Amino acid sequence: MQRGAPGRGFALPRILRRSATTLGTLLVTLFGLLLVTFLIARVVPIDPVLAIVGDRATQAQYEAARVALGLDRPLWEQFATYAGDVLTGDFGRSTLTSRPVLQDVAGAFPATLELATLATLLGVLVGIPAGVICATHQGRWPDQLIRVVGLLGYSVPVFWLGLVALLVFYGQLGWTAGPGRLDTAFELSYEFDVTPYTGSILLDSALSGAWDVFGNALSHLVLPACVLGYFSLAYIARMTRSFMLEQLGQEYVTAARVKGVSEARVVWVHALGNAAVPLITVVALSYATLLEGSVLTETIFAWPGIGLYVTNALFAGDFNAVLGGTFVVGVAFILLNFLSDLLYRIVDPRAR
Amino acid sequence: MTSLAPERTGLRAWLNSDTPRSRGHARAIALWGAVSDLARNPLTVFGALLILALLLTAAFAPLIATHAPDAQNLAGRLQPPGWNGHIFGTDELGRDIFSRIVYGSRVTLSVVAIVALTAPLFGLLIGTVAGTLGGWVDRVLMRFTDIVLAFPRLVLALAFVAARGPSIENAVIAIALTAWPPYARVARAEALTVRRSDYIAAARLGGASTPRIILFHVVPMCLSSVIVRVTLDMAGIILTAAGLGFLGLGAQPPLAEWGAMISSGRQFLLTNPWVATIPGIAILLVSLGFNLLGDGLRDVLDPRSAKR
Repeated sequence: MQRGAPGRGFALPRILRRSATTLGTLLVTLFGLLLVTFLIARVVPIDPVLAIVGDRATQAQYEAARVALGLDRPLWEQFATYAGDVLTGDFGRSTLTSRPVLQDVAGAFPATLELATLATLLGVLVGIPAGVICATHQGRWPDQLIRVVGLLGYSVPVFWLGLVALLVFYGQLGWTAGPGRLDTAFELSYEFDVTPYTGSILLDSALSGAWDVFGNALSHLVLPACVLGYFSLAYIARMTRSFMLEQLGQEYVTAARVKGVSEARVVWVHALGNAAVPLITVVALSYATLLEGSVLTETIFAWPGIGLYVTNALFAGDFNAVLGGTFVVGVAFILLNFLSDLLYRIVDPRAR
Repeated sequence: MTSLAPERTGLRAWLNSDTPRSRGHARAIALWGAVSDLARNPLTVFGALLILALLLTAAFAPLIATHAPDAQNLAGRLQPPGWNGHIFGTDELGRDIFSRIVYGSRVTLSVVAIVALTAPLFGLLIGTVAGTLGGWVDRVLMRFTDIVLAFPRLVLALAFVAARGPSIENAVIAIALTAWPPYARVARAEALTVRRSDYIAAARLGGASTPRIILFHVVPMCLSSVIVRVTLDMAGIILTAAGLGFLGLGAQPPLAEWGAMISSGRQFLLTNPWVATIPGIAILLVSLGFNLLGDGLRDVLDPRSAKR
């Protein structure tokens, strides 16, 4: 293979080379996250030694426990041990569930992922067309209407919206199921009829052909996904509008129109195709925000995801679980940002 | 009457004059121009009115409230709106919800004020120093900013508050600690454009020190972009603070904070829905006000987006 030869086949290695710097940033950021969770663990008002030995222990017992925990060693040594543990997947044991934190987190993560994915899907499927319509009707009533609906999505406290949605659609109308992932009646049939391929009840029940479980899971998922998706929708619609307005003002759009290309094709193929490049970053960013923002939604809907896990652990003073959860969410967040950056480089030839 | 009218047109003419006679005069003209631009958009005016209402409510809370915010009346608990002079009803301890919302505006406003004063100031400092000095200082500071920017905000705030113990002060610190990076970026971008300007070179030749140049010549140029960004972020700050309050990690009882009020009304949601829903409307209106005002401000102050 010749170096520097033009053509698509050579694009990928070049992208990877350029991404090496980004990869460096990624590693530094992950290190920073590790440092922050470590430091947060140091400023906890709860004395970890006292929590183990109790307040009736003698000074000698206290010291022995302190040494056993490694708290007598210098801070950087403690950090090195902590980093080593975390990198090998050892977040310690949760005092609340008395299982390893990693196991708990692995169990809770698919639920959060399921919710955030569905919400993002909703945001993309509704938000992008809405944004395009805004741009093509700039200043007229569809634009104003969608902008106001979008601004409301930005302004509404998600936990309040969740409560109101529960009140109306579950409490008053009875259209959807209440909090949780499944009705208690279906939990047994989930245990027996559904093979846990992915951890997403929706996917697993469909794959196992357990359609009654699927229906129940969907009716539980609809409200939290819509509430979470509303924010995503507002953000995506707003950014789509702005990108589309920028594209529609370009000369190639005029050229296409002059050439006789239909208006629908100009808008949905030519302009949206180019607007899609920055939109990738926006969608990835909103997906990452949903992963962490689901803390409040999960609390409202008793959704057994990572947000609810961290919150519950927090109130139980279960610090291993809090830090483990924070670290995993942080890693997911940072990785998504990195992936969107990489994807951006692949899609946009100018960024290579 | 006749003596008043010419004076008013005189003031208007003075404000619309295109030949300012002093520095103050020029500033007044610019401000007047910006205000009249803002006033042209009805949505911006609506937003400004909402914020004005918040400010007035907070300032005159004792006059507006019909009851003491902490006065309990267990005999009259969970009463519906309009009952016995309680405009929005009473909560689970028989406290007047309307008065608690009125006093809660003070909590919300102080959280917003503290974060809006500390985080942008820090960001502005980092951004202008990085942008003006350039070189390795810029690289180190911006890498640091990027790292903090890459952290999940709410989750970190959660962990921080959990570590330091739940209180409104810790919630404010946690929000401020995670809120500054965008301002640093905005300020750096502005600083990069002005650092090569002739007036900076002139100031340097005049013997001004680097801190002086940053503080008096670069920072003022970055202020307007940062202010717009702050206004747009206010709603997010309010929502995060309310979210922490809702989780029980922000304001502690019996302090009347809107998020905490929703949280305590949650268990009566299906039987007494007003307890949880009414404080949410207050949060919605205030953050909507900041969003509308911020949008309008951006259109006026940023000519690039105004054309759209």
